[in-house]
Formats: sequence, structure tokens, C-alpha cells
Amino acid sequence: MWVYEKKLQYPVRVSKCDPGMAKFLIEQYGGADGELAAALRYLNQRYTIPDKVIGLLTDIGTEEFAHLEMIATMVYKLTKDATVEQLKEAGLGAHYVNHDHALFYNNAAGAAFTATYIQAKGDAIIR
Amino acid sequence: MEKLDDQYYQLLNDLQTLDFVLFELDLYLDTHPDDLQSIKEYNQFAQKRKQVAGQFEHLYGPLLHGGQSYSHHPWSWVEAPWPWQV
Repeated sequence: MWVYEKKLQYPVRVSKCDPGMAKFLIEQYGGADGELAAALRYLNQRYTIPDKVIGLLTDIGTEEFAHLEMIATMVYKLTKDATVEQLKEAGLGAHYVNHDHALFYNNAAGAAFTATYIQAKGDAIIR
Repeated sequence: MEKLDDQYYQLLNDLQTLDFVLFELDLYLDTHPDDLQSIKEYNQFAQKRKQVAGQFEHLYGPLLHGGQSYSHHPWSWVEAPWPWQV
């Protein structure tokens, strides 16, 4: 199981509204090599990796979710006060139509997150 | 819930600093389970972490739920702002 701790892993300070930056950062949220993909990849692979590294994959996979929350905090803070016009100028007009100010698991180009980003092998070390 | 003051950010920063050390030692020890010196360091930092977390929770509410922190009335868990709101 998992336990949530009500704090970020590392401080995140955002003092301005910058939806253009948020549009780039979202790659690290729902992109192919983003934090969500990393978390799911580690935590799925650990079941069939040799016993010696199960602890490592469990801990790293868990930490990726802490990274995900940091990226989410940045994106949220960069966009929360943005007007529709500002979002449109930043290339987030279509995002606003779909999701309003919500975050979404997609990449910088707006493509939705997909399980095809994840690879898994029985023993990923010997392959 | 009092308004968040400078001490909130200072204590949070102390906690995040200690966690950084502990997480790195976690990962190292996962693949070096016999390193006694590192385990000693880990336990020392864990003790320090417990103290700082206790101080933080006393002033600013629970860091954990699921019975791992106590609550006053009203329910403490939803009282303090969430990490992306501070």
C-alpha cells in the first residue's frame, strides 16, 4: 500500500503566471519520459525483477510520484490565474476547451498519456 | 489553523533537507545492505527527522493520515493548506 505525506518532496516556488512555460513542463507530467510513466514503469517492473533490486525499484517508483506532484504544483501555479486569452496565446486554447484549468496527463503537444510509453520484461536486467 | 508564517517554510525546508539525505541513503542501502556506517547515519538522521516532523505537525497539522497522526476537533487533515497551495 501507499501512504500520502502532506508536503512536497522538494520546495517549489512559483511567483508568476506563465502558461507558456506550463505547456512545456506538461511533457514531464504526462509525456513518454515523464514522472507518471517513470512511476508506473518502475512499480510494474519490480514484480519480476530479481529479489536483490525489488527494494530499489519500489523506492524509486514511489519517489517518482513525489516528482509528479512537484511538476503538478508548478503547472498548477503557472496557470491558475491565467485568463482564457493568455492560455490561447500560450497554445493552450484547445486544452482549455477540453479541461478548463484542470491539469491533464498529456505531453507538450497535447497527446494523451498512453500505456504504450511503458515497457516491461520478466527480468529487465539480463535482457 | 493559524496563518502560515516564516517558521512554516523554515521547518518545511528542514524536513525536506533531512528527507533528501534519508531518501538517498534509502536508495544506496537498497543495494548495499551491509554498509554498517551508512546504516548508523541513516538511523541518526531518522531520529532527527522524527523530531522535526513532530514539531512541524504540532504547529501546522498532520503530515500523515491513516492513523499515523492524531487529530484534534475539527478534523485536522483537511485544515492546513495542501502542498500546491503554499
